[in-house]
Amino acid sequence: MSVVTLTINDRQITARAGETVLDAARETGIPIPTLCHLDGVTEAAACRMCLVKIEGRGRLQASCVTSALEGMVVHTETEAIREYRRMILELLFAEGNHVCSVCVANEHCELQSLAADHGMDHVRYEYMNPKRPVDVTHERFALDHNRCILCSRCIRTCDEIEGAHTWDFAGRGSHARIIADMGQPWGEAESCTSCGKCVQSCPTGALFRKGSTVAEMTKDRERLAELMVARKEKKWSV
Amino acid sequence: MNIADLHTIREAERNRCKPFTIRCCTSSGCRASGALEVFAELQKQVQESGLTDRVDVVGVGCPGLCSEGPLVESTHPAAIYPRVKSEQAREIVRISLNEPCQLEQLDPGHPFLTGQLKIVRARAGIIDPERLESYIAADGYVGLQQALQQSPETIVETITVSGLRGRGGAGYPTGLKWATVAKMPRGQKYVICNGDEGDPGAFMDRAVMEDAAHQVLEGMAIAAYAVGANQGVIYVRAEYPLAIERLQLAITQATRAGLLGTGILGSGFNFTIEIRIGAGAFVCGEETALIASVEGLRGMPRPRPPYPAERGLWDCPTLINNVETLATIPAILRNGAEWFAAIGTEKSKGTKIFSIAGKIQNSGLVEVPMGTTLRQVVEVLGGGVPGGKALKAVQTGGPSGGCIPAELLDTPIDYESLSAIGSIMGSGGMIVMDESDQMPEIARFFMEFCADESCGKCVPCRVGTVQLHRLLTRIIERKASQDDLDQLIQLCHLVRDTSLCGLGQSAPNPVLSTLRYFASEYEALLQPPEFPGHTRRKAPIPLTVI
Amino acid sequence: MERLKLATVWLGGCSGCHMSFLDLDEWLFELSEMADLVYSPIADVKDFPHGVDVTLVEGAIANEENLGMAKTVRQRSRVVVSFGDCAVTGNVTAMRNPHGLGLEVLRTVYLVPEPGTQPHIPDDREIVPALLDQVIPLHNVIPVDHFLPGCPPSASRIRDFLKQLLSGTAPNRSAVQIRFG
Repeated sequence: MSVVTLTINDRQITARAGETVLDAARETGIPIPTLCHLDGVTEAAACRMCLVKIEGRGRLQASCVTSALEGMVVHTETEAIREYRRMILELLFAEGNHVCSVCVANEHCELQSLAADHGMDHVRYEYMNPKRPVDVTHERFALDHNRCILCSRCIRTCDEIEGAHTWDFAGRGSHARIIADMGQPWGEAESCTSCGKCVQSCPTGALFRKGSTVAEMTKDRERLAELMVARKEKKWSV
Repeated sequence: MNIADLHTIREAERNRCKPFTIRCCTSSGCRASGALEVFAELQKQVQESGLTDRVDVVGVGCPGLCSEGPLVESTHPAAIYPRVKSEQAREIVRISLNEPCQLEQLDPGHPFLTGQLKIVRARAGIIDPERLESYIAADGYVGLQQALQQSPETIVETITVSGLRGRGGAGYPTGLKWATVAKMPRGQKYVICNGDEGDPGAFMDRAVMEDAAHQVLEGMAIAAYAVGANQGVIYVRAEYPLAIERLQLAITQATRAGLLGTGILGSGFNFTIEIRIGAGAFVCGEETALIASVEGLRGMPRPRPPYPAERGLWDCPTLINNVETLATIPAILRNGAEWFAAIGTEKSKGTKIFSIAGKIQNSGLVEVPMGTTLRQVVEVLGGGVPGGKALKAVQTGGPSGGCIPAELLDTPIDYESLSAIGSIMGSGGMIVMDESDQMPEIARFFMEFCADESCGKCVPCRVGTVQLHRLLTRIIERKASQDDLDQLIQLCHLVRDTSLCGLGQSAPNPVLSTLRYFASEYEALLQPPEFPGHTRRKAPIPLTVI
Repeated sequence: MERLKLATVWLGGCSGCHMSFLDLDEWLFELSEMADLVYSPIADVKDFPHGVDVTLVEGAIANEENLGMAKTVRQRSRVVVSFGDCAVTGNVTAMRNPHGLGLEVLRTVYLVPEPGTQPHIPDDREIVPALLDQVIPLHNVIPVDHFLPGCPPSASRIRDFLKQLLSGTAPNRSAVQIRFG
């Protein structure tokens, strides 16, 4: 296994050849924010939070899908990048109906935490106030579309870890939404195994356990990655 | 079929010409003005006058001057009749009996007709798009024949030396793309023809597919031979039924004739082509979204690298080229790389087809050498703006492009010159605007298009385009302030710099380019701040009435 | 040192932010050394005065009265603060927005057939101000100088914010100070 040396934020670090810039940075304690990234599933590069500046490349690059190469020079916190991250978070808050104060994921929400970490004390864009449903037809879990940020972590988790592929996208652009099977109520989706992994994968309070009330929905997202590692390495004991 | 057969068919077809030929355009543009009825009437008149031995009525492809359709051309004497109605069919047919014809004719010296250099569209309006023999008579499949007598490396070299650049809009050097795919290890490779042509107002590719489907197939076959592919896919948008029909017909004809399939023209080269039809998504014109669509997945782009040349369709090396790019290939093979490189400018070789529309006297399709000025195309070939109004701007590149103001009309049309002034070549759509067109509204129109067509995967494009549309609407409705304009610009930068694919990355172009040249139009719509001295923006108050 | 003229108003909110303000407990004594509360729903003042230094505005803009008050506040205050999630984002007050424009929401709420009742929409303008079609945050109607999120912002958050404002420092925007919810 070969090793490459690269520079991130003026620090020389080493990474395994083939590792992504995101993983290389995180392993060295350099934080890069992400929303659609989830350890244990493939990358979507959709949220654009992990964009970094790589010298010699014109456009900002999504660090979750960019391989760390020998001699690369990376900047993760330029002024433009910080401003763009905040704008992306504001766009997300303006897109759905994110009412933190009454949400099951209040204080345990990745979107809320990222917003606070990025100095987002208000949203400068007009709220869109879309009319979105809440699906409570499943016996154990529920999906509140108002809180969904279309990160697709649930889709990838259900497809790649559980293998059921119950969730997918329907609709285009701002009309896109998550659907179960062929657009049925979740409770009627025959492919669903009720394993609850999608609930664990969800960064916000969109997917939650029924019976949770405000701020009660905590998630164990690392469990999913542990599962994938255990399967691969056949190591089942903690 | 072998090479000798090709020759025989060519000669036979050329000799079967009747003394008088009447060509009636039956492409989509003229069909929309009743060309099929005219065509049927022409055939009927020939029958009734007992002239079937002397007069040939051929349905042909688009001669280009779409605003004057239905177009009918007679060969002896040579004349083009515009806006033909069914009642006039008889008069045209009876020219062959030396009877006088009083119908209006197009001036044969008009620059629209004489000022073009038709390479890709050389056969449009002349051959019968539905007969293989007609294509062969016009030197069809000679390019393929010659290619098969050379090594694949030679072909790649030829295309590289020719300087051909992708005609889909990005202008990527075609030879370089071919070389990349060719260099990939031997194995399953694909050639994809991108016929998704989504830009509003652009119909160049539609015409090529309808008028000379075989030309596209020939180009694909040469490409496949050069890069080592044995399977091709043509991805056509569903909204082009005639193109789909003609391509399917051409594939059937070519396969039967041994010009597609196994052992093409007696060589060891095998190549089959399938058609895949789109389902109404502009985003599927983007290479990786197109590939996802062909694979039966949701048409959403994937981050690049890896590029399709390395890992594309079904994870195999894939060459994906635009229709016009592939349709240019046979001519380059026949006439040589140097011949092509001698046309155009230093960095933009060859010709380009443009579809001119909007406030223009002559709208339709023109093919001109790269380097021709916009003024030449718009004022000379296009005849300028009708009704004596002043020309204001020309939009090139569709929703990814920019508006070029009248002062810059002497800009030569080539990739670099257009980007330098804030626009792009794009796929060839050219929309002319006059003094009555409001630039903020033009920008909003294109933004609405992008917001509708966004696939929804990435945040800046999915949400950013909607917010930009809202901001533009408020500006146009005179409910916005300077703060809003500043926010518009900042949001444009976000969408341009952080979107995952070209759709989002170029969606702000019409806004940014109209702001560059027509800032005063935006500023004239702004309201003064209600609370001067503070810089935060204010939105309109939504009141209810009981 | 002249005491700061401080004001608070509540618009389309639940007054929870004001309750949190009162949770400042003994620190209110310290505050009263530095500031005079010249207008507040918890003080007996009829009209919003001129020349206010800092106004904390709780609640979203839900009706015409809120709108009018917001504009008055802006005209007569040097510094305006969006106080609490309703003012900053619309929050719970804005949850009626997806359900339609003002009239539709009023119909849904009031015109529910019920035996023994005569449903009608309250429309006495002396008592019930006209609803806005959509509930909007404060900064959508007036320029706002600072934002103090929270539902409610905790007393310590309010205290830290006021201390900084009163000392002329730019308020801290760290995660713990600005987290919504």
